[in-house]
Amino acid sequence: MNHPNLLNDADDRSPGAISCELALQLLAEQRNDRQIFVSNQMTARIWPTISRHPLDLNYLSSTMGGAIPLGLGLALARPDYEVIVLSGDGSLLMNLGCLATVVASRATNITIVVMDNGLYEVTGGQQTAGREANVNYALIAQATGFRYFESFDNIEQWRAFALSRWAVSGPRLISLRVHRVAVTTERFTATKVDVELRRLRKFLSKSRDDS
Amino acid sequence: MSQTAAVAPIWIFYTGTLFVITVQSAIAGVIRMGITHVVWIPDSVMGAWESELAKQPLQLIRICREGEAWPLAAGLYAGGARPLIMMQTTGLFESGDALRNVAYDLKVPVYAWIGVRNWLNPESPDSARKFAVPIVNAWQLDHVWIYADEDFATMHHHYLQCQASEKLGVALIAEGAG
Repeated sequence: MNHPNLLNDADDRSPGAISCELALQLLAEQRNDRQIFVSNQMTARIWPTISRHPLDLNYLSSTMGGAIPLGLGLALARPDYEVIVLSGDGSLLMNLGCLATVVASRATNITIVVMDNGLYEVTGGQQTAGREANVNYALIAQATGFRYFESFDNIEQWRAFALSRWAVSGPRLISLRVHRVAVTTERFTATKVDVELRRLRKFLSKSRDDS
Repeated sequence: MSQTAAVAPIWIFYTGTLFVITVQSAIAGVIRMGITHVVWIPDSVMGAWESELAKQPLQLIRICREGEAWPLAAGLYAGGARPLIMMQTTGLFESGDALRNVAYDLKVPVYAWIGVRNWLNPESPDSARKFAVPIVNAWQLDHVWIYADEDFATMHHHYLQCQASEKLGVALIAEGAG
């Protein structure tokens, strides 16, 4: 089902922000075969249009705030892979304590990319408390003990990071100030999440057997 | 005296019967299941097991709220690990949506031990006791009860059944005041 508010407001571009699709495109271009990507909510609708990879898990339907814990579980179970979680700011706000869980777990192979548009986008674009409070997610990550934390609101800065800084040890949190996205039904992932999860599990199991 | 023996067992009289859950049996149950990661926010019963759990060849993952537990365990399962969740019924109430998603959308057969506060105190006015079983039934959770050490064998059989049928399962730990 289309969301008329989103479609009508699709061209609304806040200044000093990054195109969500371009930001994700840069990630997809830089990925390697030792990286698991967990997309969620809005990114789970965009990521399958950019990437088709056996190490993708488009976590939709999800529980809001669940993507980071799920990614952490993957990271702890498979320290031989890097896990990149694509989270919305609304989802992170709903489960902010998970950042402490990540640090406490001592996982170093997890990166959280917060797509901060200040909105609950999938419900029609209502503003989050985080935008109203002008929350800086990178500084929260710093205070929590993340080894790498950075905010970007400029595509060139993000491009430079994506090209040069990916090897910095984790856990990492990267906050991207992004535009809202026009949602269309075509962007919804067609694969059921339980099928995707089992496919990922099988792939990871096979990779362990082969190594 | 060993460290294990220093942890007091839980002695509870309920309807004229003495129920005992010892840390030794609980830890033996975890080891027998082949658990690689315990994801937990303990209550006062399971909390007494912390020092013994920390000595085992598994990782104890301390979470901040119970809603993290279910997807975290699902991620561990996807990566090939064997997680066990430990929380109290109050945490089960809190984490309902995450449980729903993992059980019925992701369809991941994670297993949890859930402490039922005041279950062994029939006269308790504790609302956490009152709603424990109705909530377990509302989520249609396949479950068994642990009242005493000998029930860990039943729990283990249930765990294997749930794994074989790829169904989420829980063991309810009958507690006194938690």
